[in-house]
Formats: sequence, structure tokens, C-alpha cells
Amino acid sequence: MSEILKISNVSKVYNNKFQALNKLSLKIKKGEIFALLGPNGAGKSTLINTVCGILNFDEGSITVDELDIKTQYRKARSLIGIVPQELNLEAFETIWDNVNYSRGLYGKPPNHSYIEKLLKELSLWEKKDNKLRELSGGMKRRVLIAKALSHEPKVLFLDEPTASVDVELRKDMWEVVKRLKQEGVTIILTTHYIEEAEEIADRVGIINNGRIILVDEKESLIKKLGQKILKIELAETIDKIPSNLGIFNLEINSDKNILTYIYDTKGENTGITSLLSEIKALGMQLKDISTEQSSLESIFLNLVKESENELARS
Amino acid sequence: MNWHGLKAIYLHEMDRMRRTLFQSLVSPFISTSLYFVVFGSAIGSRITEIEGISYGSFIVPGMIMLTVLTQSISNASFGIFFPKFTNTVYELLAAPLSTFEIILGFVGAAATKSLIIGTVIILTAGIFVDLHIEHPFIMMFFLVLTCVTFSLFGFLIGIWADNFEKLQVIPILVITPLVFLGGSFYSINMLPEFWQKISLLNPVLYLVSGFRWSFYEIADVSILTSLITILFFLSACVLTIIYAFSKGYKIKN
Ligand SMILES: Nc1ncnc2c1ncn2[C@@H]1O[C@H](COP(=O)(O)OP(=O)(O)O)[C@@H](O)[C@H]1O
Ligand SMILES: [Mg+2]
Repeated sequence: MSEILKISNVSKVYNNKFQALNKLSLKIKKGEIFALLGPNGAGKSTLINTVCGILNFDEGSITVDELDIKTQYRKARSLIGIVPQELNLEAFETIWDNVNYSRGLYGKPPNHSYIEKLLKELSLWEKKDNKLRELSGGMKRRVLIAKALSHEPKVLFLDEPTASVDVELRKDMWEVVKRLKQEGVTIILTTHYIEEAEEIADRVGIINNGRIILVDEKESLIKKLGQKILKIELAETIDKIPSNLGIFNLEINSDKNILTYIYDTKGENTGITSLLSEIKALGMQLKDISTEQSSLESIFLNLVKESENELARS
Repeated sequence: MNWHGLKAIYLHEMDRMRRTLFQSLVSPFISTSLYFVVFGSAIGSRITEIEGISYGSFIVPGMIMLTVLTQSISNASFGIFFPKFTNTVYELLAAPLSTFEIILGFVGAAATKSLIIGTVIILTAGIFVDLHIEHPFIMMFFLVLTCVTFSLFGFLIGIWADNFEKLQVIPILVITPLVFLGGSFYSINMLPEFWQKISLLNPVLYLVSGFRWSFYEIADVSILTSLITILFFLSACVLTIIYAFSKGYKIKN
């Protein structure tokens, strides 16, 4: 797959001298859904706003579909749509006028049937003549999505699209995202909800302190870095964990019949074989064995902690 | 050139006027009428004529200038300040628009509004006094240039202002006094000599004078001086904008 977005060594220093992006590099593949994960203040919005031309940057280069966003900004920007993090909209305009206005700004001739389809898909059609200030937060988010898609972009940025939105909108939004993916649109979303990334992303990038700490396929990230949980269900209950098993740091459930063992799949020696032999030697009968993948959440927290330690050391 | 984008900005700004159409057109109508009642009738009954023109007719060009100047500045400054204030400016910055196109859209719309308001005042004045325009083309030329120049000036204020006070300080503290003292409602010949000299330092006087000349062929300064003045203002605003943006000044930092 070719790359649609290339960010190379980009640094951004705000007016107050705060360095929000630090020689950041990232490549996004055409047609993928990329989740940018990071704690508050990591630089997610700064990165997105820089790529979209809302903020200017100090060094490095950014290209969209091989078009430099500084020197070929017209072509480059017309490929991009952005749903900003904040719900900022005009007050007195109608949804219909405002969405058509956005399309115009991006240099596209009017296309009322397309905008109609878009508004219907986002459940905005019935409210198209409502004034923007009359809308609830969720509705405003929908309007922002419609505006971002009004000019049929090839790359869509969603900055924390699900922050404080209802279940309904989440569902509608993922429907739209899936449709867009099928049409070949590249989607980059930021979130600090891990489940979201886990649910829809193809790849995940983790950002902290203005640097990308890690980028990987979601699946392999979970596999590679995740700890796994081994659950051992016993045929008979036990009063307490036998002292012979002490080195394994096992935990037991309240029904006293399931032992859990946490191991690192990356490690040379998972300890599973010795644990099982130990159990066999003790003469315990096993009913069932299962393993579980740990979530992105724990991976994320570990990585962020590591990068902060690193920063503290340097 | 992003023509669709330019058109979108222009129509979007004009739409703001349409939404407040009543306010936009009725207020110049009412204030014009009030000027005639207060200045025309009350003072006019004592000043009957200035240089052979009835006082009521005499004040029309000044009144138009006063309104067009202040309206151009407030429309253009508010037009660009508003999206900064509501943070909807992100869309203008992210769109494939050059700074030139953004300025053209906002300033074009503000100037159009002022032109419409100027026309309303001329028509309203026609109800109260006998109007004749000696040089309609020069009159239009002055009116259009004034609208454009002061809309550009307003745009600069709107870019510079980061709060409502700053937005209003220049129009209230500088422009309005200059217009009132610029011979809008009197001829400077009526002033003592010392104040006549002081008045000549007021750039707005040259605009009012030239504009009045296009109506009645009476002026405080020569028409050529007035033309040069407005062209000078226009170039000054254009150059300031070019300079500001080339120095990295941004619509929003
Ligand atoms: N306009 C600004 N001026 C100065 N610092 C800013 C500005 N905007 C954001 N920052 C700082 O930059 C860092 C990154 O912010 P942001 O990109 O919004 O983070 P995120 O979106 O990941 O939560 C934060 O520490 C924030 O305080
Ligand atoms: Mg953010």
C-alpha cells in the first residue's frame, strides 16, 4: 500500500515557547484507519491542526498525496477534511447553508444532491433548516462531520470524535467511517479511549510529549507487547494456593476454583510449562485452560510511563 | 484562484446582512431622517444657506461619508473578528484559500454593504431635500473608493483586535471625531482662521469636501487634492495589509 500522508521531522513551538511537536515523523497508508492515541496534552490536536494548515510549523515537511502542504497548499488542502475537537459553529446560520458554505470554501461547485445524501446519512436532514445555535452538542458534532465531508475529501481527520457523544451518534459515526473506508478514504482519528482504537483502527500510533513513541498494526501491537492471562480452572475447589506455586504470583477467584497467571509473551520463558508441571506434581485435576489477550489500555499505559521515565532521565 | 471559495465567503458575509436586513437598512434610514430633523430643521432654520446651497442639501454628502466610513470599518472589522471570536476561523485557515482571496471576500462584502447603505441614505435624503448630483460618476467613484478603503482599514482592525474593546476603540476614538470635525455639517469657511488651519490637518475633511464637490461643485479644498487623498488612503491600506501578511502576520496566530 502506498503512503498518502508523510510527516517528516516536524517541530512546532507555540508563541509561549512551548514545544508541542518534537521532530515528529509519521507515515499514513492510503485507505487505512489510523488511531492516534495519547494522553491529554500529548500533541494530538497540534499535529492534526498542523497537517490541516490551521497552525504553521517551524521545521520539517508534510506531504499529502505527494503534495507539499506549504508550497502546494491548494491541491493538498482540498484533499483534506477535518472535524475539530471543539464544537465551534456559527450561531444564526442554518445547517443547510453552513454545510454548503464549507463545500464552497474548498473550491467545489455546489452539489445539492450530495449534501442531501450526507445530511441524511448523519440524521441531520430533518433539521436542515434549523439554526446552528439551536442544536445539542451531539447534533453539532454531526454538523461538523458533515462540513468536513462536504467537499468529498480523500483524507479525513477526526479529532476526538467521540468525546462526550451519545451511543446513537457513535454508531452512526462508525457507519460513516466504514462507508468512507470502503470508498478508499484514509481516516486518522485521535482518541484517548482505547476501546475506540481497538474497535476500528487498522494501525495505532502512540504519541506523548510531542513525539511518536510507537506505531504498529493494532493486532500485532496487542500480540507483541501485550501480556497474556492464563486461566486455569480446577476440577475441585482449593482452600488456598499451595505454597509450591508461590513463585508464580497466582491469583485465585472468590469461588476458589480458578487460578490466573499473568505472563509476558515477549519473554524467553513464559513459565507456563513449569507452572503446569508443578500443578501436575501436586496432583491437582484441571477442568479447563484458557488464555486472554490484554487490552491496548495496559499497553498504552506502560508505554506512556516508559516514555515519561525516559524523559525524566534525559 | 479559488472562485467557489471566494464566492462562498462573499455570499456568507452578505447573508449576515440579509439576516439583519431590517437593522442594516432601517437604521441608516432612521438616522438620516433624524439628522434632517435635528440639523436640517433646527439648525437649518438659522443657517438657511451655505454658499448658495440650502443647509439641508449641504449636509447630505457629509452624512453619507459619516455613515459609510463608520459602517465600512465596523462591518469589515466585525466580519473577520467574528470567526476569530467563535473559533470558526479554523475553516478559513484549513480551506485551500490564499490570504488574498480571504481578504477579497471579506472586504468585498463589507464594501458592498456600505455601498448599499450609502444608496439608502441618498434615497432617504431625496425625500427631505431637493438633491441634484452635478458629477454622478465622480460621486460614485468617491463613494466606491471610500467603501473599499475603509473596509480594508476595518479588516486590518479586525485582524489586529483580540477583544471587543480593541475592535471599537479606533472607530469611536478616532474615526467618528475626525468625521464630525471634518466639515460634514458645516463649511470650514465658517470657522475662525486658526481652526480652519487645524481642520486642514484632518484627512477626512478632504474626502467630505471632494464628495460634496461631486454634488454641488462647492468644496473646502480642490477636487484634485481630494482625489489624491482618497487614492493615498487606499494605497496605504493595501500596502499595510501586504506588509503585515508578508511579515508573517496571520489571520489568527
Ligand atoms: N495555543 C497554544 N499555546 C501554547 N500552548 C499550547 C497551545 N495549544 C496547545 N498548547 C499546549 O500544547 C500541548 C499539546 O496540546 P494538544 O495538541 O491540544 O494536546 P492533545 O490534543 O493531545 O490533548 C499541551 O501541553 C498544550 O497545553
Ligand atoms: Mg486535543
